[in-house]
Amino acid sequence: MTSTVPDTDQAPAPALRGPVARPGSRLLHRMVWLRLSLLLSAPLAWMVLVYVVALAALLITSLWSVDSLSSEIDRTWTLDNFRTLIENEVYRNVTVRTIGVALAVTVIDVAIALPIAFYMAKVATPRARRMLVVAVLTPLWASYLVKVFSWRVVLSEGGLAEWTGLGSPGYGLTAVVITQSYLWLPYVILPIFAALERVPDSLLEAAGDLGAPGSMVLRSIVMPLLVPGIVAGAIFSFSLTMGDYITVNIVGGANQMLGNLVFVNAGAANNLPLAAAIAMIPIVVMLVLLTAIRRTGALENI
Amino acid sequence: MTHATIPTPGPTPGPASGTSTTSTGTSQPAIRLRGLVKHFGDVAAVDGVDLDIADGEFFSMLGPSGSGKTTVLRLIAGFETATAGTVELGGTDVTRSAPFERDVHTVFQDYALFPHMSVLDNVAYGLRVRGLGKKERRERAQHALDTVQLGHLGARRPTQLSGGQRQRVALARAIVLEPRVLLLDEPLGALDLKLREQMQVELKQLQRSLGITFVFVTHDQEEALTLSDRIAVFDAGRIQQLGSPREIYENPTSAYVAGFVGTTNLFDSATSARLLGVSAEHAVRPERLRLSAASDTRAPTEGEIRLGAVVTETIYLGAGNRVHLRTDDGIELVALEQSTGSLDSAEHRGDHVTVRFARADVVALT
Repeated sequence: MTSTVPDTDQAPAPALRGPVARPGSRLLHRMVWLRLSLLLSAPLAWMVLVYVVALAALLITSLWSVDSLSSEIDRTWTLDNFRTLIENEVYRNVTVRTIGVALAVTVIDVAIALPIAFYMAKVATPRARRMLVVAVLTPLWASYLVKVFSWRVVLSEGGLAEWTGLGSPGYGLTAVVITQSYLWLPYVILPIFAALERVPDSLLEAAGDLGAPGSMVLRSIVMPLLVPGIVAGAIFSFSLTMGDYITVNIVGGANQMLGNLVFVNAGAANNLPLAAAIAMIPIVVMLVLLTAIRRTGALENI
Repeated sequence: MTHATIPTPGPTPGPASGTSTTSTGTSQPAIRLRGLVKHFGDVAAVDGVDLDIADGEFFSMLGPSGSGKTTVLRLIAGFETATAGTVELGGTDVTRSAPFERDVHTVFQDYALFPHMSVLDNVAYGLRVRGLGKKERRERAQHALDTVQLGHLGARRPTQLSGGQRQRVALARAIVLEPRVLLLDEPLGALDLKLREQMQVELKQLQRSLGITFVFVTHDQEEALTLSDRIAVFDAGRIQQLGSPREIYENPTSAYVAGFVGTTNLFDSATSARLLGVSAEHAVRPERLRLSAASDTRAPTEGEIRLGAVVTETIYLGAGNRVHLRTDDGIELVALEQSTGSLDSAEHRGDHVTVRFARADVVALT
């Protein structure tokens, strides 16, 4: 190709000057809609299938019922399942308990994540920052089950927690909150870290320069700018806790959360419609929560 | 090469009015730096700076990026802690003080406006920190915004402003606190040429009307020459030359300063020996060179140097021409010619010309 003296007159060298003939590219360049539809059709189809259709199927199933004698699904639409959920005290209690645990986990995670993320983004040297990001991410590579079982070992009577003199909380809601807080912490640290990284150092310096001591800089500059990151992290930890049932099974003792009721009804109790109805509860709670967050305008300062 | 500090003679005609609060009647400099050193790891960003900046002075720190000028500014502001040496503000040693304890305010290169606050709240932030009442805060902030001609934009968010407007907000936010010293870190760097020239004039007027000390960091030599009462030219963490713009431009003491501030024709020792009979580095400014036709064979007048040369390039600048030349004995020169207004350029590439300049315009470098 690069020989400077063309000693043969085989196929002429490709022209360096002038337009390149590529009809396909030219067509795509002109037809914006074609470009977009080629780019988006596959993911859009996938989204519709996975999210919309699955949710619709869930909603429809929740309106069916199960014949108590034959255990067969009766496909006539009825609101009986939702009536049960509202009238039966058990479901109300479990819902309140689930929301309570999810709130506790979220508060704990945000409280732990804030200083860690601040240190990572604003204090640590670039090298230490890389190490910390890796350290935060590595637990996500380990199996969920293994992590929960190791917490079971730690928290059990005679376990690690007792050896260290902290005392065992035993299996129960406390253990659930501790384990879940551990499980979802990376998902809370990362968005807060990302939000902090986007705050230029000069903003903090400017606040100090204008006379604000550290605590005031944190309160009046850093925190308001972090709200979107905190909200994102909180949504992660809250929704993940709302939906989880395995951790509760392993370290929760006799307590049940919404996920467990779904699991039991979809499996052992063989009442898929009721399971679907229960599964609607976390969805509704999350929708209410997201709407509330939107209302406060917390996400508008991004 | 560290310059012995000159006890500032106060070359400023501006703030002599002795305005109210700050002037204590003593000759205390606003800023005094002694033996200032700052290391980042193994790198000495600031390597022994001694400097006195007078009250009410418009002082520029000029140098290429990495020359240490910004670090000196940050040491004065308190964002960095000196490795050695002292920083005094108005006679008080603040070397170890936090930024919020120092009576200086900074205008940042990226303006550093708080994105979650309105423009008015940005300007009022320093007043809020100081615990002023809401009403007084708003009044003062509004007044500061009026000073920079943005009084009508207080309700906007910083993101809704243009670059020049953000720049003014940053200024207003700093001057609302009536500091003794305002530090400006390349504040005009992000603006386009027209706006920059306009802001230069406004900065100068603002400084004069407020009567406070401006310390201005820039890598733009023209900006430094235009604005400053005095300039410190930085290189490799040290001050290479300190003086008025005229001194810096007309009498550069080193090849570095001569080359950094404006264009210059440098003669090395050998060339100088041949041309001037002195074996030391010399420099002459392009606008001191006169060109005439090669046929001009008059004998050189007293103290004039004449060289035959060929034009290697002519560049039209609007207000004049920059003519690149090579003398018959191989010296590369640049001459700056005022435009004559005729559409015909005087010199063309390849023309033979005579270069003339006065011996007195040649500056010896040390």
